Amino acid sequence: MNIFVRMANLDRRWIFVFLFLVVSLAYFLRNVTSVPVNTTKEVESIYNFIEGLDPGDKILLALDYDPSSLAELHPMSRAILLHCYRQDVKVVGMTLSQYGAGMVEEVFRNVKSEAERIYGKTVEYGEEYCFLGYRPYPAFVILGMGENFRIFFPRDYYDTPLDDLPIMHRVRNYDDLECVVVIESGTAADMWLVYGSARYNMPLAFGVTGVMAPDYYPYLGNALFGLIGGWKGAAEYEKLLEQEHDANRGMLAQVVAHLVIVLFIVIGNIGYFVSRKKTKIGD
Amino acid sequence: MKRRVPLMMVFVVSLFMVVQNFVPLDEWNWIYQFLLDWTMIIGILSLLLGMWSLWKVHTQKIKRKSENYGYSFITLSGLILMLIFGFFPGSGGIENYWYRSFFYYIMVPIQATMFSLLAFFIASAAFRAFRARSVMATLLLLAALVIMVRFVPMGPLSPIVSDAAGWILKVPNLAAKRAIIIGVGLGAVATALKVMLGIERSYLGRD
Repeated sequence: MNIFVRMANLDRRWIFVFLFLVVSLAYFLRNVTSVPVNTTKEVESIYNFIEGLDPGDKILLALDYDPSSLAELHPMSRAILLHCYRQDVKVVGMTLSQYGAGMVEEVFRNVKSEAERIYGKTVEYGEEYCFLGYRPYPAFVILGMGENFRIFFPRDYYDTPLDDLPIMHRVRNYDDLECVVVIESGTAADMWLVYGSARYNMPLAFGVTGVMAPDYYPYLGNALFGLIGGWKGAAEYEKLLEQEHDANRGMLAQVVAHLVIVLFIVIGNIGYFVSRKKTKIGD
Repeated sequence: MKRRVPLMMVFVVSLFMVVQNFVPLDEWNWIYQFLLDWTMIIGILSLLLGMWSLWKVHTQKIKRKSENYGYSFITLSGLILMLIFGFFPGSGGIENYWYRSFFYYIMVPIQATMFSLLAFFIASAAFRAFRARSVMATLLLLAALVIMVRFVPMGPLSPIVSDAAGWILKVPNLAAKRAIIIGVGLGAVATALKVMLGIERSYLGRD
């Protein structure tokens, strides 16, 4: 078998090994070198929206993802929460992911401590943020919250009645919040668009995995006022916030992994074309 | 009667939901909220039904010693243990040490590992699928390359790639996606009408 035929039909195990090696190398070099990140309009618009809110304003942050996409979506959840705490914007948290409740609760707890350390502020549960927990059937929950949060969430994650939380005073439905930011890895994103944005017309922004991001670009400027796509989007937000963390450190691995995939696509196509040409000449 | 009552209920409730969506009167709010309450009640019941079904399927597998029945033991153990840790009086509920540990040290790594493997499969699939075999395949290949590179920082090339990707996403992608969404929407309306008018009755079961 000549080399071009081998290139066209490369054993996938070589791709796995090569990808593993370069990503591992990039991981170990993450603190040594960094990749400059340019910000995009869709990420800037979310940043500017939150930056423009007044202290005491409230937003709904729905972290609708499960542990499978934790690595990709945690950095954007962290960045948005830090930004809100920096601006004294209050955050009503929730999740529509059945595996997400415990994980999301931990995100809120960790970022609270981090915000207190970085900004020297006291971030109190019930005052600056709250976590409503998880409810099944996303479409109905989204519709229900449009009428009254208390239909589906009479109590928060810790079993405290919503009316006992100062942050929830005078919050009945989406009209009492400045915007809804959804960090999403599943199908609930479509429901937020159809049942949330289309019916209740609240300002809506998404943070989604890199794979999902192209699906939601068509909604930008209409149903969505901003979109954070994958690690790159999270790295942009971190840069805007001047809190470069996991997403920025991971950019090197992201770049080399993508370049490796592109390299293999090029190798495959060269092998395919040359071997096909030789076959034609042979015929 | 057995069929007429559910069909009537579906017709009345769905007609109300359609009308209240287009004619939002304040007087209808309580009916809408009442129906939302019912979705929650039905949802909880279906959760119990799901658990019963899971229990039945796996206990049968164990009884019959079907292929890989050992995994059924693990599934049922997980179900029972998490119920005990979460619901047992005095266990602390969601704050229970074991409940949290099972989630953080078993569930989280398992799911994260599964998703991480995706990167390797995507690399392998991209290598095999993106071949410029025809004009359409070449277009797909070029679009995929631009979009792929759009989601990584490319230094000075980033603005150019971002513009090219933006055009792909906002023009051809938007056109195709809207066509699909409109098609799906019309299909959903047709199906909903069939259910509402009692033409589609498969949800009633066979009896």
